[in-house]
Amino acid sequence: MFGIIASIIDGVLVGSVYGLAAMGLTLIWGVMDVVNLTHGSLIVAGMFALYLLTDATGLSPYAALPAIVVGGFAVGLFLYWIAVHRMIGRPPLMSLLSTFSVNLVLVGLGTAVWGTGLFNVPVSLPGLTLQRFTFPGTHILAAVLAGVLAGCLYAFLYGTRLGKAIRAVANNRGAAELVGIPTTRVLSFAFALGAALACVSGMLIATLFPFTVLSGDAYQLKSFVVIVLGGFGNPAGALFGGIALGLVEGLATPFMPVSWILVIEFGLFVAVLVARPGGVFALRRT
Amino acid sequence: MRLPILAAIMLAAMATGAFAADSDTITIGMTTSQTGPLNVDSLGLQQGANMWRDDVNAAGGIAVGDKHYQVRFVTYDDQSQGSRVQQLYTRLVVQDKAQFLFGPYSSGLTATAAVISEQYGALMLTAGGAEPKTYELGNKYLYQVITPAGGYLKGAVEALQAHNPHAKVALVYSDDPFSKAVLAATSEQAKKAGLEIVMNESYAPSTTDFGPVINKIISSGADSFMGGGHYSDGATLARQLYEQKANLKWISILVAPGDDKFATLGPAALGVTTGSQWEPSESYKPEFGPTGPEFVKRYRAKFKSDPDYHAASGYAGGLILQHAIEQAGSIDQAKVAAALDAMDVMTFFGRVKFATDPQHHGLQVAHEMVLAQWLMNDGKLTRQVVWPKDAASAALLYPIPAH
Repeated sequence: MFGIIASIIDGVLVGSVYGLAAMGLTLIWGVMDVVNLTHGSLIVAGMFALYLLTDATGLSPYAALPAIVVGGFAVGLFLYWIAVHRMIGRPPLMSLLSTFSVNLVLVGLGTAVWGTGLFNVPVSLPGLTLQRFTFPGTHILAAVLAGVLAGCLYAFLYGTRLGKAIRAVANNRGAAELVGIPTTRVLSFAFALGAALACVSGMLIATLFPFTVLSGDAYQLKSFVVIVLGGFGNPAGALFGGIALGLVEGLATPFMPVSWILVIEFGLFVAVLVARPGGVFALRRT
Repeated sequence: MRLPILAAIMLAAMATGAFAADSDTITIGMTTSQTGPLNVDSLGLQQGANMWRDDVNAAGGIAVGDKHYQVRFVTYDDQSQGSRVQQLYTRLVVQDKAQFLFGPYSSGLTATAAVISEQYGALMLTAGGAEPKTYELGNKYLYQVITPAGGYLKGAVEALQAHNPHAKVALVYSDDPFSKAVLAATSEQAKKAGLEIVMNESYAPSTTDFGPVINKIISSGADSFMGGGHYSDGATLARQLYEQKANLKWISILVAPGDDKFATLGPAALGVTTGSQWEPSESYKPEFGPTGPEFVKRYRAKFKSDPDYHAASGYAGGLILQHAIEQAGSIDQAKVAAALDAMDVMTFFGRVKFATDPQHHGLQVAHEMVLAQWLMNDGKLTRQVVWPKDAASAALLYPIPAH
């Protein structure tokens, strides 16, 4: 019986990291109607940034977080001006194709530099053992950090002037421009913020699991499910979406063959799309 | 100014044309996964094959009667995708006029390539496709150099039975053709050996977190684990089994522990076993070609890295084809095929012999795998052969120490 509870706790812990991973994607989607297909690559960039930083400096992995936030933000700005800016306001297919091609370039570069072999960042934190089940310290800390970062994002979007400007642009770009909000600057900032979130989630995932250059795809796919569960364009909802996905994984595993998990996940994805096309925690858009 | 450039281009074109049509050259076609998830293993396979080609050409080529044929490779990137394999093998046969083919890496891609090689009646040696089903379709032109999937964890079952005849085993593996074929055979072997199977499940290859799966393993009461599939999932399983203190006495994982980078998992790697087609410490007495230590030494000098079993099987594939051509005394497909059918030889890679009955034609029946285990040696993790005992380079660690 406790095995089921353990699975649920495990699911929630990892689910919050999935949530954080999806937050960047849904922020960009919500603000500029761009499906950022470089998202998976940005997650992988976070993983490799952590690997390179800890390998070179011998620092604690968590000390790398501020550097990865700044680095991710800079990369995001660069990507915005390279691949996204000219696609704003054009049909969604344009930005989809443009970010898709940039993603191919990034994956190709990664493969050329690191190959598709295995990388591991050794992190050791004391875990919590209950009966025969252990919850690794890295998972607990990652979930806490994901929660804190989601809280910071929420506070930023709802408590600061720039955050309000981002929400205003998301809501109605024309009106935002009319009241004097510099939309281009706000858009590039929002994109860079989304990229930084993706990199940080990659960094946190790298403290949990070994990874390869191609790991991004699996998390990108998961992020889409999370977004649907959490509501399109709703960054705070993404955290709940992630936790919901983790819960489903944790709850379903003890009761059915593991190979069914993916069927359940995507079954849920389709069911939500049919029942609530805007996502479970959808924001009302005016 | 333009004239010399034009002349140079024409000369180059003529030179290439002349080379392609050179009757003293044997063209071998293959695809490799230079990009995509199969890149690591495929690279090993390709480097092994390249080294064989360079060795042959440096020694004057393949001797057929009093003629010597230089070996030329035509290689394309299949992007780890079956659809590309289908297009590219067709191109290799039809356009590039490859006389012989080497298979791509992985069971899935080999199955696809085999359709093309059979369709065109082109001889293909495969050193990267272990799943036996492809060789049980009555194919006539396909030859498998490596041990089929059923052999991957045979040693693990035997070794585990020897140390704990009442072991409770959890079989958890990736839902792909290769892993499924291996574990289906392992399940049979374990049942025959009297081991108890307490869990037998496959997971989607894209699985990222094994936390709930490991809790299920713990709940099942298993004390041994066999499974995995590829790199990330295998390594993640090993790391999570350790971090979640599953305290299993035995862990066998496919493929991932065969990579030297598996050692970066640190304590999570200790005691993990894997079925290996070949390990550098093996010391067979080859009838032709390099000895094991020679191969390792020259591979290191050439590629600045240690050869894994993919590299060894890639080289062995070339060696087998060369031997068959020399035995046949001809590059005629039918004669070379007859030589391959009659072959029963020992190389640095081990013994090689192909099934000749029509139903299993080309299936590898003689090559044997070993069981390798990650052990602590002078404070450093190294992979050692631990089973079968007569091939062992170190004593088997059982049980894996609890932590």
